[in-house]
Amino acid sequence: MSILVFFTALEHSWLGQTIQGSIYIFPITEVFHLLGLAVLGGAILLVDMRLLGLGLKNHAPQQLARDVQPLMKGALIVMALSGITLFVSEAVKCYYHQAFWFKMSALALALTFTFTWRKKVLRSASAPATQKLTAIISLMLWSSVGIAGRWIGFE
Amino acid sequence: MPLRAIFEWVGTTPWSVAIHESLWLYPIIESIHVLGICLFFGMVMLLDLRLLGITLRTVPVTDLTKKLLPWTFAGFVPMAITGLLLVYQDPLRAYDNYFFQAKFVMLILAGLNALAFHTGIYKRVADWDRDPVAPFRARFAGAVSLLLWAGVIIAGRLIAYNWFQKT
Repeated sequence: MSILVFFTALEHSWLGQTIQGSIYIFPITEVFHLLGLAVLGGAILLVDMRLLGLGLKNHAPQQLARDVQPLMKGALIVMALSGITLFVSEAVKCYYHQAFWFKMSALALALTFTFTWRKKVLRSASAPATQKLTAIISLMLWSSVGIAGRWIGFE
Repeated sequence: MPLRAIFEWVGTTPWSVAIHESLWLYPIIESIHVLGICLFFGMVMLLDLRLLGITLRTVPVTDLTKKLLPWTFAGFVPMAITGLLLVYQDPLRAYDNYFFQAKFVMLILAGLNALAFHTGIYKRVADWDRDPVAPFRARFAGAVSLLLWAGVIIAGRLIAYNWFQKT
């Protein structure tokens, strides 16, 4: 119950009320969230596809990962900031929405996986089977986050 | 206006009504549309940023165009099909929406920009394939592409909001 109290307080906060009171803030924030998603998707897909042996095959996964790292991190920051803004304005709706909790769980797993295991695999020359498995898990986790996220918008 | 009448009629066809009224189809189509955007825009953006010299500077441009183009296409097809379905399930919502009209125009411009790039400066790609920063005309095409596709995503998302709805 304490989570619900906290979410309610968030929604009734100055920020929550300001967003709710405007017809523009929420849609514009959604736009940033979606642009961030596309950039994040590109950065993750390029590397995961490479781990699967697809796409830029004649370049090392390590190099590709290093190259797109700033894109991935930048997109994650944009997504987090815009995501929190979206959330604050409808925290109570989120509390009662299964898709929200599913997304947050998948997001926690995806972030943990990306910045521990996947990072480790991309640093060293791992066995092809390990690389493929890593890419498949990463793709599954991140697409769950994306799909569940879109689903929060549906009743 | 005859075009509007056609859109109106399409909206009365059984399949259009079925999608529109289905509880599940709309969210599923919309989710596929978003995942398609991720793949399509992700790949387009990588090439555009490479042309601008922002990312993957040591990767030859032709590596990106040859190896990623099939994946760009793989994102485009489901994105386009689901996009058409989203219009099909409620044609008048799209027709009367300024954001949809803006999106449509930007889609055409983005297509023309890609065509100009591939039939223009890209013909001589062998001369600048490995340059960390592509020549001006290629950078220009990359910047225009980024702006137009971002505009398409922005306008697309905003179709759901009727700020300037004609009624």
